[in-house]
Amino acid sequence: MDNKLKLDLLRTMLEIRKAELQLAILYKHGEVPCAAHLYEGEEAIAAGVCANLNDKDCITSTHRGHGHCIAKGMDVKKMIAEVCARKTGCCSGKGGTMHMFAPEKGVMGTIGIVGGGMPIATGIGLALKMQKTDNVAVSFFGEGASNNGTFHESLNLASLWKLPVIYVCENNGFATSVSAARSTSVKDISIRALGYNMPGVTVDGNKVDEVYAAAKEAVERARAGEGPTLIECKTYRLRGHFEGDDCLYRTKEETEIAKQLRNPETYWKNCLIIEGVLTEEEYQQMEAEVDAKIAEAVEFALNSPKPEGEDAMTLYHTPLF
Amino acid sequence: MAARKIRFVEALREGMRQEMERDERVFVIGEGVGPHGSCFKQTDGFVAQFGDDRSKDTPISEMAISGCGVGAAMMGMRPIVDLMWIDFMTLATDQICNQAAKLNYMSDGQVKVPVVYRASSGASMSNSAQHSGSFYSWFANIPGLTVVVPSTPYDAKGLIVSAIREESPVLYFEHKRLLNTKGEVPEEEYTVPIGVADIKKEGTDITVVATGVEVKYTLDACKKFLDKEGISVEVVDPRTIWPYDKETILNSVKKTGKLLVVDEGFRVCGFASEIVAMVCEEGMEYLKQAPEQYNTVHTTIPFAPAMEDYVFPNPAKIADRIRKMVAK
Ligand SMILES: Cc1ncc(C[n+]2csc(CCOP(=O)(O)OP(=O)(O)O)c2C)c(N)n1
Repeated sequence: MDNKLKLDLLRTMLEIRKAELQLAILYKHGEVPCAAHLYEGEEAIAAGVCANLNDKDCITSTHRGHGHCIAKGMDVKKMIAEVCARKTGCCSGKGGTMHMFAPEKGVMGTIGIVGGGMPIATGIGLALKMQKTDNVAVSFFGEGASNNGTFHESLNLASLWKLPVIYVCENNGFATSVSAARSTSVKDISIRALGYNMPGVTVDGNKVDEVYAAAKEAVERARAGEGPTLIECKTYRLRGHFEGDDCLYRTKEETEIAKQLRNPETYWKNCLIIEGVLTEEEYQQMEAEVDAKIAEAVEFALNSPKPEGEDAMTLYHTPLF
Repeated sequence: MAARKIRFVEALREGMRQEMERDERVFVIGEGVGPHGSCFKQTDGFVAQFGDDRSKDTPISEMAISGCGVGAAMMGMRPIVDLMWIDFMTLATDQICNQAAKLNYMSDGQVKVPVVYRASSGASMSNSAQHSGSFYSWFANIPGLTVVVPSTPYDAKGLIVSAIREESPVLYFEHKRLLNTKGEVPEEEYTVPIGVADIKKEGTDITVVATGVEVKYTLDACKKFLDKEGISVEVVDPRTIWPYDKETILNSVKKTGKLLVVDEGFRVCGFASEIVAMVCEEGMEYLKQAPEQYNTVHTTIPFAPAMEDYVFPNPAKIADRIRKMVAK
């Protein structure tokens, strides 16, 4: 990793976290019409994986998808505007927090149905292979989704056909109120790769360097036509499942400890300071720049017009009724 | 003694709880139905009262858990499978439509599948494209399935009890916008029969057959606007989408001569079209004018509130449709 990349990773993670924190405030102020699922604490995964991708590589994401969109290059203004249901959002206010797209950047959709993105990414991988490109598809999903048939069917197929797909499982310990221990037959999701004859690895999802390295290897294999990989990133969901979740299914202490132990920005910032790549002053400068960028995006969203009712009809499926 | 008023979700919970107390074969499985007590607290307190095994958390495995409902029901259990939101039932359709619905017939009656599938449905609060479904009519299209859509706390309790006691698969849909509405509900157990409509309001100018939340919206339209304008609406709530109560609907149309069907599901090949077709076939002589349907606009559900409002029926828009029909 060169120094520029190291600093870019930190900046991307900061952008994601700050955007999410702003969205939490906007939600409280009634600017986000639907309870959003925020990504705070999991930033290193989106940043570390997407740093290996170019605009022609594609991703599918989930209900918790804001971070993936930012890391994959979606204009953060359009992301925040969409979550705030504005006309200037990435889907003109039609899609919303759970359904965001930016095909020109390879964001082929954040999907609200759990597990729904994996078969799509598999199909994208099939097309990329048939089109004889060396591009890859990445599907982000939670450990909860790995209990769905879509996961198992997708992995088998991608392995059988040696598709250029990387399955990135964000194991944050919970699927809504249900802990992984209560719902999942294995401790490490990566072991499931064995059953589909593909490489599977587990990394610390709070360490962006580990995520980056695992993704780099997987992406190189995929580009070389050697097929799919399953990467499990262990992490922790610092916020509720959605904004407003009472979180009665876990203790406050547990979450407090996780907040201290598992801050991916602090970890990486400290690494860079120890390595001499970054000074505290430079960090403050970077943080101020990110704050300004996010503040500008929020202002853009709030100053944007809201769609009118009739705008619902611009892609009306049938003019009959 | 003033009758007790409770919320829809409490009535539903009480119905399930009383059945679980009465019959130990009854149990609930689904994502989050365990200690957390479900998405909208439908199973709150069940683990404490009945233990982990009778209100059992599951993985996000819709196909497997709906199939568990089939298998357990065949073996004499009375499973209630909570699929959370109707939108996720799309992943369970093989087990519901090809298996649960058909095994009794295929086996010439040798096996029974007394399973209940429950899910919340409908539009609310910008839940957008993949979390706002009302496609219960799909299931009514499959022989072997019963489809229940209660609109009041009273019906919610009586119908869940009937659903659990039914000898064949029943799909039960609770509209998200109804869960907190209040109404009179007796404490003791009772049933509301499947296939029997309820006249929620008597009237003489027009029959409105409405389902689920649209029953409430139509009654709201009367209270807010139409009563004052002297328009007398008869509101018929079929309560079950299939089998539906032909007789009550036809008798009402016979009285009023006009029919509007209001349903949050889409129009094409939906419940509203079925009712209009049935009335045209069997009650043409009662009709003074062409019957009409009022549904959600036939489009994917948008996110932004203004667009969301635009595509769904609401009391003001229902009142408008009724006024126009009555004026003809
Ligand atoms: C098919 C389907 N089933 C259930 C849900 C409801 N639901 C939304 S998010 C979620 C939990 C997802 O857990 P996981 O995949 O681990 O992702 P996380 O929320 O932890 O990021 C559930 C059950 C859904 N959206 N789609």
